[in-house]
Amino acid sequence: MKSYWWKFLGAAIVFYTVIAGLLGEVPALPILHESIRVVYFHVPMWFAMLLMYLISVIYSIRYLGSGKTEYDFVAVESVNVGLIFCVFGLLSGMLWANITWGDPWPNDPKLNSSAIASLMYLAYIVLRNALNEEQSRAKISAIYNVFAFPIMLVLLFILPRLTDSLHPGNGGNPGFSGYDMTGGMKLVFRPAALGWMLIGVWIMTLRYRIRKLEYRKDGLDY
Amino acid sequence: MKKAFFFTLLACFNFLITFAQSSNGVEMATGLRSSGKIYVVVIVLLLIFIGFIIYLFTLDRRISRIEKNDKKNNLIK
Repeated sequence: MKSYWWKFLGAAIVFYTVIAGLLGEVPALPILHESIRVVYFHVPMWFAMLLMYLISVIYSIRYLGSGKTEYDFVAVESVNVGLIFCVFGLLSGMLWANITWGDPWPNDPKLNSSAIASLMYLAYIVLRNALNEEQSRAKISAIYNVFAFPIMLVLLFILPRLTDSLHPGNGGNPGFSGYDMTGGMKLVFRPAALGWMLIGVWIMTLRYRIRKLEYRKDGLDY
Repeated sequence: MKKAFFFTLLACFNFLITFAQSSNGVEMATGLRSSGKIYVVVIVLLLIFIGFIIYLFTLDRRISRIEKNDKKNNLIK
């Protein structure tokens, strides 16, 4: 956690994607025009969020198995960081939707599902704040996490594909991983997803370490 | 905030209708590129991003320092 190489790697990759994302060549597509470049930022936000929630549920399960408080810290801080990426994913998506679909929130199945998933993880935070006792807070929120994660997956990836949707990759639309994502774009998009995931993990480790220090300073043994 | 700014800017660019068109007739922001303004946008975004990374880095170092101190004082494992 103290090594810096992967942190600087993530920063360097995102640095590169900002430059290449704006200056690189993109296919000229109707409706999207230059805004197709938003894909280099909007989608990596969701990738980072997914990784955070995945880490969170893994550590929730590990906590339930071992009872080690550090695992609970990882679980909660991963959700915290995941929620931040979720907010940026939603905001960037709404801005993009506004200029392409003419409506920031056209009541589309994918968008509504992502809103529900976001509310579920906000409820995780609310649940934690409602429980005062440390062990029950950790255990109950861990169990909630185990339910929330697969439901989130279904809401984001399965449900929107079963019905009509405006969103790329759902409802019969070509996804950006299809023929609309040219080789040149993949060269920017894939590193961008990796870079933002690394930065997400970095922020989570910082929050986790702060939490551990605060816990320790309270004289508690973990 | 950087994201919001960036995307607002991008949204604005879409409304800058240039008379230059790409080969299949879809308008792209070639005017912005030829005038060199795009480089200013890139530099602004990079500066903000570098500032954010420097902030994370200094935070990281500060935490490491506290952890090392705690370890020395036997407060932490």
